[in-house]
Formats: sequence, structure tokens, C-alpha cells
Amino acid sequence: MNESDAMNPARREALALGRDMLVGGAAACWAGSPSARAASPRRDAPVMRKLTLRVNGAAQALELDTRTTLLDALREHLHLTGTKKGCDHGQCGACTVIAGGRRINACLSLAVMHDGDEVTTIEGLGKPGHLHPMQAAFVRHDAYQCGYCTPGQICSSVAMLEELRHGIPSHAAADVAAAPAWTPDELRERMSGNICRCGAYSNIIEAITEVAGAQP
Amino acid sequence: MKAFTYERATSTAQAAVRAASVPGAKFIAGGTNLLDLMKIEIEAPAHLIDVNGLDLAKIEPTPDGGLRIGALVRNTDLAADAGVRRDYPVLARALLAGASPQLRNRATTAGNLLQRTRCPYFYDPDQACNKREPGSGCAALAGWRRMHAIVGTSDACIAAHPSDMAVAMRVLDAEVETMRADGSTRRIALADLHRLPGATPHLETTLDAGELITAVVLPSPPGGTHVYRKVRDRASYAFALVSVALVRQPDGSGRVALGGIAPKPWRDEDAERALASDPHAVVDGLLKDARTSPDNAFKITLARRTLDAAIADARSAR
Repeated sequence: MNESDAMNPARREALALGRDMLVGGAAACWAGSPSARAASPRRDAPVMRKLTLRVNGAAQALELDTRTTLLDALREHLHLTGTKKGCDHGQCGACTVIAGGRRINACLSLAVMHDGDEVTTIEGLGKPGHLHPMQAAFVRHDAYQCGYCTPGQICSSVAMLEELRHGIPSHAAADVAAAPAWTPDELRERMSGNICRCGAYSNIIEAITEVAGAQP
Repeated sequence: MKAFTYERATSTAQAAVRAASVPGAKFIAGGTNLLDLMKIEIEAPAHLIDVNGLDLAKIEPTPDGGLRIGALVRNTDLAADAGVRRDYPVLARALLAGASPQLRNRATTAGNLLQRTRCPYFYDPDQACNKREPGSGCAALAGWRRMHAIVGTSDACIAAHPSDMAVAMRVLDAEVETMRADGSTRRIALADLHRLPGATPHLETTLDAGELITAVVLPSPPGGTHVYRKVRDRASYAFALVSVALVRQPDGSGRVALGGIAPKPWRDEDAERALASDPHAVVDGLLKDARTSPDNAFKITLARRTLDAAIADARSAR
């Protein structure tokens, strides 16, 4: 689509319809009902839904387009911009938050799927003056350069130490049936879902190792 | 992303009925693959049925000494289960070799089996892809094929199945339990769940419209030493070039399945009879119909060497 098409809503609509018909054709083959897509309403009309997220301890009532990811709900609707959007496809880990006690990629979850869930973001871990031990360790060890991946690294590492504490194994284990060891190799493997393009990994591992050592 | 309506399923039976009757409906559980594809409109369901609230997240022993794994058991929880780690370690190993911890915390057992290929031409709407748009052609055939399948392919599609877990499930003789819209249930051997592409690569499984996987059932533990050995382009968080799931008995016999080289977990029960005497013959049997390109011909050698390494791992573990 060139720029003039982008400026022309009628053209955009026609393109979108054309693409819908193509995709609809494939979907109809799967579903075995050729009329399925033809009977559906106009596909770009937003569908709104009410939900409540419990974010950092506070209930947040929202009415969102069902397409809204948990990440966009946090950033664009609750203005908690500490959680970062990196790749938006679950490959970089910048959007890592803790939902229901587990670290997840907020970009690969729909907000409506978390109705009623407890979500902890970087803002909920600590504040200036009352930093979470992991936040303080990242500062102390200079565990970042640009800082964009840092909130995800910190949320991930806090939840990761909980996973270790609960005995969840990793690929780094020599014996998968044994209780996991608290070694740097284990920590590195367990943090592989968080990418740092500045390459601050060695300091990140130092920071996490320090906190891990303090909280066996 | 295309707009969609959304509901939370209230029962397995109701979910299957709704999936078969609501136009354009799809189930969503972990969502880690479906939502990724919805963002680029390769998947465009008109309606999502969220099955996360269903009572399908338990791991239970079966009367005949096996294990029944609920469809919604997260990859993390399955890998962490004490019984799986003790009796089916190849499965725990395969799970832990896949994806990242964040993804494993969401991804489910059934969703893992049903995840779609990561072929870059499937993911790029500007490229021809018979899986995405039947009849449009296959850009991968003339493209970069390092990550693609070398057996089980067709002139229409050379995409590889991306799952590690499924390779272990195959070597363990897993079966899938399902519920259909008419309320009937059935079991499908994992070997029969995924279709080869043939002329219809957009048809990936033998499930009916609306059919919901409710569990994966493992027979009683096979014993022996379990190894899952995965070779990839970086040490963690990458898809397999080649992987080997091995269950090796003390006499050297056993079972072998390969990942990263086929459109489905790749195993040949006849070929693996040679495991004790001639492991390379097992690989030769598995890959006898291989169709490679200069980008991926190395996978034949790599499969032999990875099996050698897995056998060495098994020997040293005893």
C-alpha cells in the first residue's frame, strides 16, 4: 500500500475486504462451512468488553477492544509505561510482567483473558526510595546501558528466583529429576527469554547472582 | 489484528459445540502462537473461545500405570511434575529445550501440539505459501531452507513442525483424547494427529471442526534411559535444526524420534529395531526419502551425529 492509499479510507476498506475474503476462504475450508465468513458482520468493527485487572494491588476496571493485549492495556490504558514493548511477538522479553504469580510475555496475552487476574509490573516491585532488592542490585551492578529491556529483565529475574525456589527444572540441569542448582549456568538459561541488545548480560547475571545469594 | 468476539467456555462439551457452530471460531488457551499469528493476520478468527477456565489442568495417573495430562497443563508445570521427571524424563527434557520460561508459563500441552510452523515464508504475507493461502505456491522451495523439513515434505510445502514436546510425546507412544461437538470422545495416536502436507498443507491435523483436545495420555513408563538432545543455532530459545528423543534400554535397544526435520514428529518403529546394532541404520531408515537442498543437506549428517551423541549421553547416564 502506498502513501496515497493509506490516506484513502475507501481504498483501505476495499483492500481489507479483499484480504478478508482470501483469509476467509482458507478458514472456511478448515471449518467446513463455506458460508461461515460471508455471514459474519463487518470484521473491523471493534468489539468492546468490560474486565477488571488487579494491577500492583489495585483493582482497575476497564472497557477494552477485545484485541487489546495485556501489554497495551497496561501501557496505553493504565499508563503504566514501565513495561516495554520491544518486538511485540514474544521474542525479546521486554514486556515481561508477573501475572497470577508467573512471569509471562504481556504482548502475547489478551487483556480479556486476564479478567480478575493479579498482575505485577515493574512499578509494583518497588519505587524510588523503596527499590526492590533486584532493582537495587541492577543499579549497583550497572546491569544495563540503554535500559529498555531492564524492566522486563527485573520482572523476569524476580519471578525466575521464585521458580528456582519452587524447584522448577531448566534445560541446564544435569539431572532433570534432581532439585535445581543455583549456578550461573542455570541463571543464564533461565533468563534466555530476555534479550539485551546492549549486551549487558555479564552485569545482569552479577546482579541476579547477588540477589539469589542473599535469598536462598 | 481483525476484530473478534470473545467468550469464556463454561464446559468442555459447550466449548466444542460453540466451536463447531459459531462462524470463524477458534479456541484460545495459552495464545502464545495464535495471538502472534493474529497480529499479522495470518490467523483471523471471528470468534475466540477462551478455554482457560475449563477443568483440564490436572496430571493424573491412569488405571494401567500411565499418565493423563490435561490439555491445559502449562509446559512449565508438565516439565516440573515429579512423576514426569522420574518416569518420562525425555518429556521434561524436551519441554525445557523449547521456547523461553515466559512462554512455557503460558503455553499448554494441547496448544503445543497444535502450534503452527515457524517457516519464515508462512509468516510473511508477501510470500507465496500454500499453507497460508492454498494454491498460491511455496516460496520456500526456491528460498532459504536451513530451518525446513527434509522428509515428509511435498512439492506444495516443506515446512517443519516446530515442537520439541511433540517429539518426546511421539517416542512415548502418546495418545490424544478429544471431545467433538456431538459430545462423543475419541483417542487419536499422536502418530496420527498431524497430517503430512501432500497437496493440502493447510490441513495440518486429523481433528474435526470444533474438536477439542482434552488430554494427552501416556502409556506406562517405558523404563530405560531417556535423552532429548537438541541442536540449534544458539544455546537457548531457538528452534531445532535437528533434535533426537531417545529412550534406550540397557541392552542398547530402544526408541528414537527426530524433530526439526519433518512436518510432524518423525519416528519409524521398523527402522529403530537396528538401534542396538547399527544406530546409523536407524537414521538412514528414518531419512531414506530425504529431499534436501544445499541449505539443509547437513541435517542428514547432523541427525546421525546427534543420535550418536544422544546414545553416548544415555551410556554415561547409567
